[in-house]
Amino acid sequence: MIQVEHMNKTFKVARRSAGFLEAMKALFRRESETIHALSDISFFIGDGEMVGYIGPNGAGKSSTIKILSGILTPDNGTCIINGRIPWKERKEHVKDIGVVFGQRTQLWWDVPIIDSYELLKDIYEIPTQTYKENLEELTRLLSLEELLKTPARQLSLGQRMRCEIAASLLHSPKILFLDEPTIGLDAVSKLAVREFIRNQNKRHNTTVLITTHDMQDIEALADRVLLIGKGTLLLDGSLDDLMNHRPKEDATLDEIIATLYRDYDI
Amino acid sequence: MNSIGLYKKYCLIHLKCVMQHKVSFFLTTFGLFLMSFNIFLGVYFMMVRFHQVNGFSYQEVLLCFSITLMSFTIAEAFFRSLDTFDSIIRSGEFDRILLRPRNCLFTVICSKIDFTRIGRLLQTILMFVYGILFSSIHWTLFRVIVIVLMVLSGIIVFVSIYLIFASICFFTLEGLEFMNIFTDGAREYGKYPIGIYGKTIVTICTYIVPFSLFQYYPFLYLTGKTENAWYGLLPIAGCLFLIPAILFWRFGLSRYQSSGS
Amino acid sequence: MKKYGSFFRIRFINGLQYRMAALSGMTTQFMWGIMEILLFRAFYQASPDSFPMTFQALSSYIWLQQAFLALYLIWFWESQLFDSITNGDVAYELCRPIRLYNMWFVRGMAVRLSKATLRCFPVLFFAWLLPSPYGLTLPDNWNTWFFTLLAMTLAFLLVVAFGMIVYMSVFYTISSQGVKLLASSVSEFLGGSVIPLPFLPDKIRGVVNMLPFASAQNVPFRIFGGDLVGKEMYLSLLMQCFWLTVFLLIGRAMERRALKRVVIQGG
Repeated sequence: MIQVEHMNKTFKVARRSAGFLEAMKALFRRESETIHALSDISFFIGDGEMVGYIGPNGAGKSSTIKILSGILTPDNGTCIINGRIPWKERKEHVKDIGVVFGQRTQLWWDVPIIDSYELLKDIYEIPTQTYKENLEELTRLLSLEELLKTPARQLSLGQRMRCEIAASLLHSPKILFLDEPTIGLDAVSKLAVREFIRNQNKRHNTTVLITTHDMQDIEALADRVLLIGKGTLLLDGSLDDLMNHRPKEDATLDEIIATLYRDYDI
Repeated sequence: MNSIGLYKKYCLIHLKCVMQHKVSFFLTTFGLFLMSFNIFLGVYFMMVRFHQVNGFSYQEVLLCFSITLMSFTIAEAFFRSLDTFDSIIRSGEFDRILLRPRNCLFTVICSKIDFTRIGRLLQTILMFVYGILFSSIHWTLFRVIVIVLMVLSGIIVFVSIYLIFASICFFTLEGLEFMNIFTDGAREYGKYPIGIYGKTIVTICTYIVPFSLFQYYPFLYLTGKTENAWYGLLPIAGCLFLIPAILFWRFGLSRYQSSGS
Repeated sequence: MKKYGSFFRIRFINGLQYRMAALSGMTTQFMWGIMEILLFRAFYQASPDSFPMTFQALSSYIWLQQAFLALYLIWFWESQLFDSITNGDVAYELCRPIRLYNMWFVRGMAVRLSKATLRCFPVLFFAWLLPSPYGLTLPDNWNTWFFTLLAMTLAFLLVVAFGMIVYMSVFYTISSQGVKLLASSVSEFLGGSVIPLPFLPDKIRGVVNMLPFASAQNVPFRIFGGDLVGKEMYLSLLMQCFWLTVFLLIGRAMERRALKRVVIQGG
């Protein structure tokens, strides 16, 4: 259960401008500006929901994920996940969540995947029995048998993403955050990943929050969509609600989003 | 699993990684050895020319050099992650570390163990043994304890500096070269007893960064240049430097969590 | 020439962005200089007669060394170049209508110069403010200035040319690490970065002076401080020209052979 109420987050960012003179000026004085990454965000996600979190680059998606996973503290507002405030009870909280960053890896580059998993078992203090069961199930569902003995650096992107997702689920988290999990994957891998996530949700009632630019991900995975732009929550509804905004009858999801962006001026 | 067990696991996995790049590992190890061997050569040729400096003989200088370099090398090998913390922050690896249900400083330290320092460690041990055998130090049990304290305290002081360096990265997001003054500088210039650089430097290295507390003062006692046995216990005071370092780390961490990157 | 100019400007602006890095770099260099001088002062007090040069000349040597670190430090490698050879990206460079050797030579010069110009002046200025004999003492005749500048230029070219040989050697060895390490550590000591060469025992110094690394920073810094004068200075300048020519020839020969191999092997 994720409950977010009136959450705000601002950043100070140093401004850098091009040109020789500007660079010289910046030597002595650097201007900074305040960016409202999130302003007054509120939403509620129940157990076992699958929610797509969409919005253009820099809309505040990553900030939200970081706050929900306890990495960042918001300026104000409340956020309670499974009865805990993420950034206050970080260690307990992160045992409950799994996070996949599509563009980063948590696997050790040079050692076989299974070694990374064994280490995660110790880091999360997963009971041996649970670990065995989970590993066995994940290996079967994500067809990892042949990959487990291979170092991460020798895997293709798709193979690595499968291993990555398994790594985030070894400790049986109740909530799964996926930050662009299908980025850069080929069609077959994308389908496999989506299929798996759907399954995981059904089997274990795992709550899934997924950020993506891939509209097929949303169509395939999300029962509900949160649309964020310039730090503000613009739409919270079902896929159908999103469809109601379509500009013409046969518009694709991509076009709808583009229209929405235009309508809301983001 | 407790932290020590987990640390051992990390060590093993780091070793496995090293074995994947044996040639590169060997070359780096050898190269680092050559670099510090250069410093040794510098000391050697200076001492050949001048015989003594500030009343310290060649053997004594070598012993002092080995104590400093040993502390530094051990600190660097096991706490290298703090020295390269700016890259951990910039690559986003630190976010991943915060996702682990462990103390995040512990997880940071585990994330890197640098075995390539072993060549230099070997060199320091050789110099250490040579210095002990041939310097005319009158060995007592207390003096043995003092020399052990010197090395231990040295490690802690260097780790504290690394920790402060890492904490600064929370604010600047990039490493600051001037922090090298305290780490590389101490390694470079700690080869001689700090006293030879004059009173000002000794004062700075006592009250601002406590290098003198583990290197110069106890060394005076060790070599019999002072009878004051309290000097031999000053390394313990040097360890207190860790406290502000840890407080600063905590401050930096809370600031990182509220500002992000 | 124009493309080399814009090349330089990009690097320069790029360097300016890191103002904190530059600032702390200067602080480091300044502190290093002070520590070196204090160190040598202790030795000077231990036995002034054993000092092979005047203390003033030593101070000048140390300050110039700190100020122009970026120019003369051999182990100031550009990993990008190493990588481009190892992973084959160098093939793109070969498509350009410029000779690889010249391109990289200018690149090496630009990077070093931009780094040095950013950092040298404050260090030199502060060193000049320091009281004698600890500060930078300016020579009182134009001859010394002239020969210092000449020797600095030659030494700079020599260092870049040596770097080129190291880059080119990677064509033959695949792993750059070993060459890099060996070149770095050997040149560091023999070039007088650890202790100025006059402090070496006479016998060893005789040999070291004949080696190419003695023709780098050793020459201009000692001329400036008035330690290297007369016949010995002219000889050192000649040695610089000699080694520069040798390095240039070796580097270019290595490049030609390496490129032939690359072409024959099809990249």
